[in-house]
Amino acid sequence: MTPRDTAATGVGASLPRLDAREKVTGRAQYIADMVRPDMLHAAIHASPLAHARIRGYDTRAAEAVPGVACVLTGGDFPDGRMGAFIKDEPAIAQGKVRYPGEPVAVVAAEDEETARRAAALIRVEYEDLPVAATPEDAMAPDAPLIHEGLADYFKVFPAICGGNVASETELSEGDVDGAWAECDVIVEGEFETPAQAHLSIEPVGALAEVDAEGRVTLWSANQSVFRVQANVCEALQLPMSKLRCLTPKVGAGFGNKMEPHVQPLVVQLALKTGRPVRLILNRTEDFETVRARHPFKIRCRTGAKKDGTLVARELSAVLDCGAYGDDSPGVLGYSLLMSRGPYRIPHCRASGKLVYTNRMRFGAFRGFGNPQVTFATESQIDEIADRLGMDPLDLRLKNRMEPGDRWFGGGEVASNGLVECIEKAKAASGWEQGRALPAPPGKRRALGVAACAHISGLLATGAIVRLLEDGSVVLNTGAVDIGQGSDTVLTQMCASALRVPADRVAIASPDTDGSPYNWGTTASRVTYTTGRSVVAAADKVAEQIKRHASEIFECAVEDLELRDGGRVGIKGVPDKELSFFEVSGRAHWAAGGPIVGTDTWVYNRPSVDPKRAVAKGLPFPQIGVYSFGCMIAAVEIDETTGKADVAEVWSAMDVGKAINPGSVEGQIEGGFVQGMGFALTEEMVFDGPRLVNPSMMDYKAPTSLDAPFGIHSIIVEAAEPGGPFGAKGIGEIGLVPVPAAIANAVATAAGTRLRRLPLTPERVLDTMLEDGDED
Amino acid sequence: MTGEPVTLPVTLRVNGAERPVAAVAPWTTLLTVLRDELGLTGAKRGCNQGVCGACTVMIDGEPVRSCLSLALNCTGRDIVTVEGLAPAGALAPVQQALAEGNAVQCGFCTPGILISAHALLRRNAPLSVDEVRAGLSGNLCRCSGYKKIVEAIVRASEARP
Repeated sequence: MTPRDTAATGVGASLPRLDAREKVTGRAQYIADMVRPDMLHAAIHASPLAHARIRGYDTRAAEAVPGVACVLTGGDFPDGRMGAFIKDEPAIAQGKVRYPGEPVAVVAAEDEETARRAAALIRVEYEDLPVAATPEDAMAPDAPLIHEGLADYFKVFPAICGGNVASETELSEGDVDGAWAECDVIVEGEFETPAQAHLSIEPVGALAEVDAEGRVTLWSANQSVFRVQANVCEALQLPMSKLRCLTPKVGAGFGNKMEPHVQPLVVQLALKTGRPVRLILNRTEDFETVRARHPFKIRCRTGAKKDGTLVARELSAVLDCGAYGDDSPGVLGYSLLMSRGPYRIPHCRASGKLVYTNRMRFGAFRGFGNPQVTFATESQIDEIADRLGMDPLDLRLKNRMEPGDRWFGGGEVASNGLVECIEKAKAASGWEQGRALPAPPGKRRALGVAACAHISGLLATGAIVRLLEDGSVVLNTGAVDIGQGSDTVLTQMCASALRVPADRVAIASPDTDGSPYNWGTTASRVTYTTGRSVVAAADKVAEQIKRHASEIFECAVEDLELRDGGRVGIKGVPDKELSFFEVSGRAHWAAGGPIVGTDTWVYNRPSVDPKRAVAKGLPFPQIGVYSFGCMIAAVEIDETTGKADVAEVWSAMDVGKAINPGSVEGQIEGGFVQGMGFALTEEMVFDGPRLVNPSMMDYKAPTSLDAPFGIHSIIVEAAEPGGPFGAKGIGEIGLVPVPAAIANAVATAAGTRLRRLPLTPERVLDTMLEDGDED
Repeated sequence: MTGEPVTLPVTLRVNGAERPVAAVAPWTTLLTVLRDELGLTGAKRGCNQGVCGACTVMIDGEPVRSCLSLALNCTGRDIVTVEGLAPAGALAPVQQALAEGNAVQCGFCTPGILISAHALLRRNAPLSVDEVRAGLSGNLCRCSGYKKIVEAIVRASEARP
């Protein structure tokens, strides 16, 4: 490919990442690679207890260590509170601790070793409080209150809360209670999913620096410079104009870096010392004090008629919130909204409780509650198919949403590539030959399927496109590329919209001073929402380019077109054209002023139609556009050990339009393996409130030997009206069906069904030996 | 705390250059010296426990966890980091293969992966998918699902004489 060829680098091309060269040469700078002159290093002192009142601190020994510049405890912080939905979280423990690992004090010193040594010398006097380690403990009548001030906390939605229940949500359509009588078959079960660690290979960290006027600049591992700014300013009660947030390269996020971690701590240390301060958590701290995927307990019931028509579903979920609200109310609401799946089920009710406990906070993680719920619902679709003797794929196709059907709750669905996803996965996997596959002696093999949907969307976004004097372009969106490749994809969109090669477009690094607002790299939203702004802003630049050309050529704007390579010309007259260089020079020096196109918008299509559905306590009234997918996994079980391995997988995902097919495949492949870990091996194990496996040694994420090489990405493109070039998101959906597809394959191979993740060798072997359903 | 910790001066041979370091404590790891003293931040600290592999460097031709290697044990040995895989401004074939094969996402594991791949490729023979999968089993990647990394390294091995 020639890099100067527009078509070869624009939308639809598998353009290598813009930062690939920087990353393969080791030059890419992540937060731990950043150094500022006279910089201090910080370390936290974490709570050893799950729930205790703080009676006092003794920091004298820490302060006496040579090289220690500053020790801060609760009283040294303003008592502001942050939280995406419920403002319940201080920057550092105030008055009491609520989980083991919660920062209680923080030290800044000349080097990290000194800071860590000093932090270990801090003594805190605690008064033990009763502990609620699980949602069951926390909902007991005599449970200790984890947040005494819950009723008074500011909440961004009409939360239904009380006691240790942070939020209750319910969504219903139709007459669920009356519908069971119409069903010929009803399946019912309890499903359980564990806490999963994001395990970005980069631990979290932050670096803050204060200027002479007291204004702070903050770099951190993050998924949104704007959420960092909002959270720090809420917790430290700073005006947002006093904090500028920037981003280095980010070593992946998966949701872990969307909301705050140590940013407020370094800002306060920088303000107190007047020196730059950097804090990088070690792996154990990263496990214990950041956040993880919510453990879910789900009760689900699904009913169908003899012919396979789905009639009713009822799902109730209990989520362990952990000690602070974080993104949890959103996860609960979203998971319920996804609980009908991509099917016509006329009578549905989904309800859930989010319960504070004395464990680490749980929060956003790729899929946002959808993988947990889909594990339950797609397991039950297979159970119904088995009971009716139907092919599970036929049952899914029979009940699929038709064009014009609304989402559960009443949201409009514009594009839907589900049928194509199912047909293509089915054909590629050889499904027609039967689900039970031939296997060598001592092994069993089977195919399993799951279908799913997910959204891309949510909240506010913008883009600024500027034409530089020489006709090249700078794109500025404020969207953080956390490694998934959005800088490249947005650049390709901008390049295609202006018909210039991608190397003529530079993309600005997010900066709260200079970038338009972007809620964040989350909710599979950057390609869709930010891409829309990029195209709209580029179109405004194109309009201005044409206006200049119309004045020069004395013709109508409508008679002009952009041409490949950065030129504008009169339609049908090949030699009447100007370069962007000529146009931008005129704009800068003679007429009109420099050419800038801007666009901002906020996603505002309602998710719930009150005429169709009743919603209580739903945190997101406007969710996004829908993507669809179907996954078929070939799983092999060892009859001796019970170990289940995925031999091959076919993942067909509807992305609207693949802006960069290579990157889309990267999301599908990476999402699959992370989901496979969730399904088979990954589990944060708690002893009461305490995480007992906070190390990569004891927490089993898939290696290159565990991941199958045969991950077949099948890209389906059902264009989304209004999407940029028809595109929708792909960040999360590839993970959503994984546990269900694997569990369905295991159920077929083992002959019995497991409803608790992960599907460890012990559990698989037990269920095969018992030869009956677990629970 | 009393007294200054014992430190020693040391000279390390890194990427072909003799690099003196004024004061290294006996417990200081090679990773710390590379990153904090020599400004070679390509090797990453992902776990500091020898599991994730992001800190992998070559010592005398073998891929080694620099977070588990004491710097004082590395004198007189030949250390190669990701920065030393190709001359400035150039890319080694395996770097090129990863960059062009969409095999780099967040990039945090990439330096370690490249060193492990470099060790595999020294055999000067085409590598099978399973050989590469085995050779990378000590390098965790959370983004890619490994497939494109394995493909890129296989391609790089086939392109060699």
